[in-house]
Amino acid sequence: MTTNTTTVAPPGAPEGAPRAGRRPALRRDGRYASIFLAPSLGGLALFTLFPTAMALGISLFDWPVFGTRSFLGFGNYSHLLHDPVFRRVVLNTVLFVVLYVPLNVVVSLGLAVWLGPQIKGRQVFRVLFFIPVMTPMVANVMVWRLLFQPGGLIDGGLQSWFGIDAPNFLGSSNWAMPAIVAMSIWQGFGYNFLVFSAAIDQVPQSQLESAQIDGAGPLQRFRYITWPMITPSMFFATTMTLITSFQVFAQPFILTQGGPGVATQTIVMYVYNQGWQFLTMGLASAAGWVLFVIIMGITAIQFFGQKRWVNYDV
Amino acid sequence: MTSETNSAARKVRSGVSHTLLVIVAIVFLGPLVYAVSTSLKPADEVFTPTPHLFGSEIRWKNYADAFTFAPFDRYFLNSLLVAVAGTFVVVAASSLSAYAFARLKFRGREQLFVLFLGTLMVPQEVLIVPMYWLMQALGWVDSYWALILPWAFTAFGTFLLRQFFLTVPAELEEAARVDGCGPFGSFFRIMLPLARPAIAVLTVFTFISFWGSFLWPLIIINSVEDKGTVPLGLAQFVGQQGTQWNLMMAASVMAMIPTVLLVVLLQKHLVRGLLVTGLGGR
Repeated sequence: MTTNTTTVAPPGAPEGAPRAGRRPALRRDGRYASIFLAPSLGGLALFTLFPTAMALGISLFDWPVFGTRSFLGFGNYSHLLHDPVFRRVVLNTVLFVVLYVPLNVVVSLGLAVWLGPQIKGRQVFRVLFFIPVMTPMVANVMVWRLLFQPGGLIDGGLQSWFGIDAPNFLGSSNWAMPAIVAMSIWQGFGYNFLVFSAAIDQVPQSQLESAQIDGAGPLQRFRYITWPMITPSMFFATTMTLITSFQVFAQPFILTQGGPGVATQTIVMYVYNQGWQFLTMGLASAAGWVLFVIIMGITAIQFFGQKRWVNYDV
Repeated sequence: MTSETNSAARKVRSGVSHTLLVIVAIVFLGPLVYAVSTSLKPADEVFTPTPHLFGSEIRWKNYADAFTFAPFDRYFLNSLLVAVAGTFVVVAASSLSAYAFARLKFRGREQLFVLFLGTLMVPQEVLIVPMYWLMQALGWVDSYWALILPWAFTAFGTFLLRQFFLTVPAELEEAARVDGCGPFGSFFRIMLPLARPAIAVLTVFTFISFWGSFLWPLIIINSVEDKGTVPLGLAQFVGQQGTQWNLMMAASVMAMIPTVLLVVLLQKHLVRGLLVTGLGGR
C-alpha cells in the first residue's frame, strides 16, 4: 500500500514519538490497513458506489428489463416532468412529509418533556414506545389494516359506543392519507421520543429548579433552559425524520396500494411500479435520482439553516 | 397562596398527569392488544358489531394453523438464515474497518472515512434499480445471496464501532505491541473482547433491520413460497379475498415477538442503537 512520507503527523499519532521512528510504523500500518479495510471497501464499492453511478447511467436510457436499450439523454427526466402520475406522486409524498414530520416531532417532544426525569417508570415508556420502531414494518401495517377495516376496531368502537359509522378510511381519498400518517406516527414516534428523552436527561435539574425559584413558569423554563440544550438533538431528529419520511413505502403499499386511484401513491412506490410492474428501469432509476436530489436538497437546507437555531456550545 | 393549597394543587396536577399517562399508554398499546386478541379468536368472530377483547374461545390453535395456511415455517427459517448471515457479514466487515480507522495510521485515512460516511447519504431507493441489474449480471436474482450481501456493507457499523474503539486507551495496545502482538493480535485479543457491548448493540439492531426488511426482498425474490422472508409472506395476503385475519394476526404477532424480546433485553442500550436504527433500516 501507500507509504506516508509527509511530515504532517496523522491525527491520533502518539505524541512525542520520534518522527524518524514513525515512518516504518506507517508503512507497516498501511499494509495492515489495506487488509482490514478490504471487505468494507470492496463491498461499498461494488454495492454502493458503483450502483450510485450506474443509477445515473441507467436513468439516461430507455432500459427495459429484457430487450434492447437505447440512449435517451434526459428523456426520462422530461417524461417525469410531464407525467401527471409522477407529479401527483411527488405531491402525495410532500403531503405525507408535511403532515408526518411536524406531528411526529410534536408528539415525541411533547411526551419526552412530559415524561421527564421526575416521572417514575419512564424507562418502561421508552421501551414500550420503541417496540413498533423495531417490529417488522409489514407486521405493524397489517395490524393497522385490520384496525382501519370496516368492522375493524375503530369502526366497531365508534358504532357501538357512539352509534356513528366510521368512514371507510383506506378507500376514501380524503381519509386514506391521514390514516397512513396516523399509522406512521404510531409506528415511528418512539424513535424521536428516545432521542429527545436522552437529551432532556442531560439538562441539569439544578438550573431548572433555581429558575423555578426565581419565578419562571414551565413554558419559560422550557424555552430558555431546556430548548437551547436540546437543539442539537432536535436537529438530528428533524433531519433524520425528514429523510426517512420522503422514503415512505411499506405503509401506503400495504394499507392502500397507493389508492384510491393514485391518491396515496408515493415516490418510492412509483419507482417500484415503474421498475417491477412496467419493467421500465430507466424511468424507475430517474425517479429514484429525483428522490435522491430532493433528499440531498433537504439535508443541505437543514445543515445551512442550523446556524440560526442549533446551539452546540451550551 | 398558602403552602397547603400549593401542595393540594400539585397533587391534583400529578393525579391528572398520571391518569393522562395511563390513557396514552392504553391508546398506544391498543393496536398491539387488538392484534393479539384477534390472533386468538375464531375466524367468524374477527368482525363483530361490538369489539370484544376475547372471542367465545381462546384459540391458541390459530398459531399452529398459520403455519399450514401459508408456509410460514419456511418464511421464518429463511428470515432467520438471512438475518443471521447478514448480521455476521456486517459485524465482521465493519469491526475490521473500524479498527483501521481508529487505530492504524495510513495515508488518506481521513478522506477515506469521509467517503465512507458519504455513502450513508445514498438512499436505498436509488440503488435498487442498478442493484437489480447487478444481481441479474451475477445470476443472483431470486437467491439467498441477493438477500444477504448487497446491504451488508454499510458505513453505520464502521462508524459506531470506530467511535467505541477510539475510547479504548492506547496504552493497552502499546503494552501488547511491546510483547510482540501485531495489529491482528491486538484486534482479536484486545479490541474485540473490549468492544463486546458495542458489538452486541450493532448485532441486535442489524439483525432486526434484516428481519424487517421488505422492499428489497419484494423486488428480488420471485419464488416466495421457497425463498420468501416473513414480511414477504405477510404481504402475500394483502388484497386477497376472504383474508384469514385471525391467522394473519397470529403470523404478525409471531413476526414481532423476536424483535420485542430483543428490545426488552437491550433496553439499557437503546440510545446507542439509535444510530444504527435511524440510518440503517434497509
